[in-house]
Amino acid sequence: MERTHVLICAGTGCTSSRSLELVKRFEEDIKFKELDKEIKVIKTGCFGLCQKGPIVAIYPDKVFYSHVALSDVDEIVSEHLYKGRPVKRLEITDIDENTKEQIFEFEKIRFYAKQKRIALRNCGLINPEDITEYIALDGYQALGKVLTTMTPQQVIDEVKRSGLRGRGGGGFPTGNKWQFAANQVNDQKYVICNADEGDPGAFMDRSILEGDPHSVLEAMAIAGYAIGSNHGYIYIRAEYPIAVERLKIAIGQAKEYGLLGENILSSGFSFNVEIRLGAGAFVCGEETALIASIEGKRGMPKVKPPFPAVKGVWGKPTIINNVETFANVAPIINQGADWFSAIGTEKSKGTKVFALGGKIVNTGLVEVPMGTTLREVIYEIGGGCPNMKNFKAVQTGGPSGGCLTEAHLDTQIDFDNLVALGSMMGSGGMIVLDEDNCMVDVARFYMDFIVDESCGKCSPCRIGTKRMLEMLTDICEGRGTLETLDKLEQLAIHVKDSSLCGLGQTAPNPVLSTLKHFRNEYSAHVVDKKCPAKVCKSLLDYSIDKEICKKCGLCAKGCPTTAITGTLGKVPYEIDPAKCIRCGACVTNCPFGAIIRA
Amino acid sequence: MKSLDELNKIREEALKRVTLRQSDAQYRIMIGMATCGIAAGARPVLKAFMDAIDKDKLPCIVQQTGCIGMCIHEPIVEIIDQAGTKTTYLDVNVARAKEIIDRHLKHHEVIPEYTYILK
Repeated sequence: MERTHVLICAGTGCTSSRSLELVKRFEEDIKFKELDKEIKVIKTGCFGLCQKGPIVAIYPDKVFYSHVALSDVDEIVSEHLYKGRPVKRLEITDIDENTKEQIFEFEKIRFYAKQKRIALRNCGLINPEDITEYIALDGYQALGKVLTTMTPQQVIDEVKRSGLRGRGGGGFPTGNKWQFAANQVNDQKYVICNADEGDPGAFMDRSILEGDPHSVLEAMAIAGYAIGSNHGYIYIRAEYPIAVERLKIAIGQAKEYGLLGENILSSGFSFNVEIRLGAGAFVCGEETALIASIEGKRGMPKVKPPFPAVKGVWGKPTIINNVETFANVAPIINQGADWFSAIGTEKSKGTKVFALGGKIVNTGLVEVPMGTTLREVIYEIGGGCPNMKNFKAVQTGGPSGGCLTEAHLDTQIDFDNLVALGSMMGSGGMIVLDEDNCMVDVARFYMDFIVDESCGKCSPCRIGTKRMLEMLTDICEGRGTLETLDKLEQLAIHVKDSSLCGLGQTAPNPVLSTLKHFRNEYSAHVVDKKCPAKVCKSLLDYSIDKEICKKCGLCAKGCPTTAITGTLGKVPYEIDPAKCIRCGACVTNCPFGAIIRA
Repeated sequence: MKSLDELNKIREEALKRVTLRQSDAQYRIMIGMATCGIAAGARPVLKAFMDAIDKDKLPCIVQQTGCIGMCIHEPIVEIIDQAGTKTTYLDVNVARAKEIIDRHLKHHEVIPEYTYILK
């Protein structure tokens, strides 16, 4: 019998901080102390608190350890697992705001207290490579319920009633999508899971597939039953090797248990799932481009209509849902549409997973009910900006979204509120920017990404984004004028209005939203030729404060262009702006902080 | 697998392995496993509890805890129910453990002569 489980995160974040070596070390150590019959080490998916990885959780004690190093294993095993004394110095703790006391229970620490986990319900709790653990926590019950007690139309009605909307960015009602495909009369239909997560900084789909792959497989089978399809594709990028591997294992186990394949649970319904690897093109997240890629063609979008629900992969009716959308389906069937629709706001039901990144204390994965404010996510769960820096903006929705400011922090997050503010929820990337980030530079970063990823089929996106990038580069390098800003804004609106697919239609959002909310920063770049955040190198001037300079010469020594002159111990040093390449090496080298950057 | 019943059977079998990670155990059994506890024979007591839970499929979890300061009365076993009421048994040996399992864990009856009750 097992009395203790040691859960070690094997998601991408913790794996890269060597959590797999920890697994090995724990197993060896536990065996050495002859505890291996009563203590089991289990690899799980993401706990969400990636910032503090590798994470090790001990159940039933519910002790969470963070930043666990190989050298800590012996102490945890001999102190905690053998003698029952948790190693306090490694525990994740928080301070209770009211009593000022230290909190050790992980459910009560602020990072977890505000969260509600539906899509991530099993991540960090079960071993994703063991189907029986998923089954233990009500896995495949929804599929069983659907196959034995519900008609396909009842399934669609339940999903419709739940108010579930697509989590990939569009926010289209999932039930309606299923209905369109179900209404088509055809000998073959398909279910596609879109796992081509491409937004920089977003990793929720990856974490769900790594931590709970069966939740997606189960939902795909349910969708197949609802629309009358017996074949599913998971389109996932090859750059997610762990997710692909666990999916393969999951599909194999589900087939072995008869939960995928022919005649599932003797119901006469059959469903098979195939993995298709993408090469990591952003545009292949767009559904028609994704379909082209599955068919072996170049990933380029097509004009809609016909919509995929009518004419999708191989010309057959197809539904395409995002990973997170699928992860919500089984709980909706199990607990009912009323339960789900009671969570969230009027038009956005349920929860949303966000990948918190950028200048934030708790980088990681959080799932909150719709209607939670940006302030709660960023400050209470995320812990605010590190190093006492001031918050400047939050970028939501990746390259398709926009930047929101301090003034928007009390906005309730849902599909419609963010769109109204010129951003979008997108797939759930949330990148926090502080006073050291230049908004023009941020807009340029996203435009650079879009120029790389534009497929080139339609000219507004292919040429328009390239021209926008050039203008943004001009602004960052001091060649911009007020006229450039007007042109940029106009072009952005044109690209938005005339591009073929979602990629081009949303690509100008980062530019438009920063122009709207941070126009003064753009003006500073083009009028004063200054970058207020001191990011744009070409607009910086370096000089040396003669009063502070100790004439040590370290700055001159480190200068790669010999732009700094002076005499050791006698004449204060000076920078020749004509030679200076603004690399900042002198700032790092000066022990006295005498270099002024303005 | 051919039916929903089979799925449920697998679920029940597997559930036993993950109950540790859920908080709906009927009793939490805390065993003092500091140096004093181990020296006084806490490990055989721990094993006795674990074997009984395994054999009789009791909805209980076993946890270890450190020294609570009454080393003279080790091995000490605390049994905490869902309401949080704690019963502390002192000087537990394997024979007493068996009695506690039978009377307390199975029949929900506190054994006063071995206890020290804290609310």
